[in-house]
Amino acid sequence: MSEETWVTACRVDDVDPEDVIRFDHDGRTFAIYRTEDDGWYATDGLCTHEKVHLAGGLVMGTIIECPKHNGRFDLRSGEAKGPPACIDLRTYPVRVEGDAVLLRVA
Amino acid sequence: MAAAARDYRLTGADDRAAQEKGLASAVWYASPIPRKQMKELMRRTDGPAVRDTLIWFASLAVFGGLGCWLWGTWWAVPVFAIYGVLYCSASDSRWHECGHGTAFKTRWMNDVVYQIGSFFVLRQPTVWRWSHARHHTDTIIVGRDPEIGVPRPPSLFGILLNVFAIRSGLREWRSVLRHATGRLAPEEASFIPAMEQWKVFRDARIWLAIYAVVIGLAIGLRSWLPLMLVGLPSFYGAWMYLMFGLTQHAGLAEDVLDHRLNSRTVYMNPIFRFIYWNMNYHVEHHMFPMVPYHALPALHAAMKADTPEPYPSVLAAYREIIPAVLRQRREPGYCVQRALPPTARPWTPAPAPVNAMPVAAE
Repeated sequence: MSEETWVTACRVDDVDPEDVIRFDHDGRTFAIYRTEDDGWYATDGLCTHEKVHLAGGLVMGTIIECPKHNGRFDLRSGEAKGPPACIDLRTYPVRVEGDAVLLRVA
Repeated sequence: MAAAARDYRLTGADDRAAQEKGLASAVWYASPIPRKQMKELMRRTDGPAVRDTLIWFASLAVFGGLGCWLWGTWWAVPVFAIYGVLYCSASDSRWHECGHGTAFKTRWMNDVVYQIGSFFVLRQPTVWRWSHARHHTDTIIVGRDPEIGVPRPPSLFGILLNVFAIRSGLREWRSVLRHATGRLAPEEASFIPAMEQWKVFRDARIWLAIYAVVIGLAIGLRSWLPLMLVGLPSFYGAWMYLMFGLTQHAGLAEDVLDHRLNSRTVYMNPIFRFIYWNMNYHVEHHMFPMVPYHALPALHAAMKADTPEPYPSVLAAYREIIPAVLRQRREPGYCVQRALPPTARPWTPAPAPVNAMPVAAE
């Protein structure tokens, strides 16, 4: 696995438990999530419904809700869980090294 | 110079114009609310909606029961007038809030009350879920928003017919019958994804089955009473949600990307706010639709300095709406210009590559 595909998205302290942050890299935008039990996940940043950024949304357990139309996704798998979200989000591997949160981008 | 006539159809010239001007699926202004505060405001809980729903159901049972007991006397008239408001007008807000999924924390509760509210207020649940999503994407953008309540020039006759949902209700019934045969109107197909369209047909057929039972009961009992309890209240009880609903956007700007300019917040008394579920905080709701109804007063307080002066009452709102609507009949290009206070953050929309929510400063 090439180390070059892992990028530092944020610091651990940048994201509260059960919250989300926006990360932009190389012309793309992502949403980085931290769950209540310190799980870290990442998806494409834009809702698949109307391309609103999920970083403004609400994390409830393992669900991210879009701030514009309340579409819901499972932030672990990207699966669309509630209309008007019908198309799944793409997900990306995340790992924590020390206090850095790394994202693997293809 | 007279303003050019607007085309409010979702498949017409103004739809194309809105897209060309960058008004479709655009970036909208959002008042700066710190993330930590916004998370608190968005937080979901079942308590307030469970309480309010139990009160609502109990009120329906009480007034419905009283109406049955008094049926055949003139006393039934005021009782059914109240029942109708509880059945239909209160359902408008329940349909709305539960359609957003914000009333309850528990998802299935939102879904159940959404279906009940939709049936009572006579809005097909799948169709209106998608049309309302479009309303939030493109609020009062001509050619994009299917829920512009007072298109210009306004039809006073059309508004009057909707006091008892005559125009809207009959249109909805035509649509139900069409959907029951498995057909969508072209405009509906423009905002309902193909994978969701089967639900439209299913909803219509279920509704027809329910109404068949109610009508059958009425015929069997040789009485209007079953229909006074189910079905007819969607018409005779509509007037209050129309009264509330017109305050949301009527007479204000079209084709702007700032909800402070195309929506109203109106202070209302506690009874109205129970029926309307705090939708009177309409600027706040449109700007941050993920905030549940019970947190809207707190959201209003948090962003008050950034928004125009709220209207002190429904009456005050109508003192503006009525002359504005009448003037729009002569001058369709006219609208009320909402003044931002000196403390407000001005905002001019700029083209953006992605439809990103602005990040509030901490």
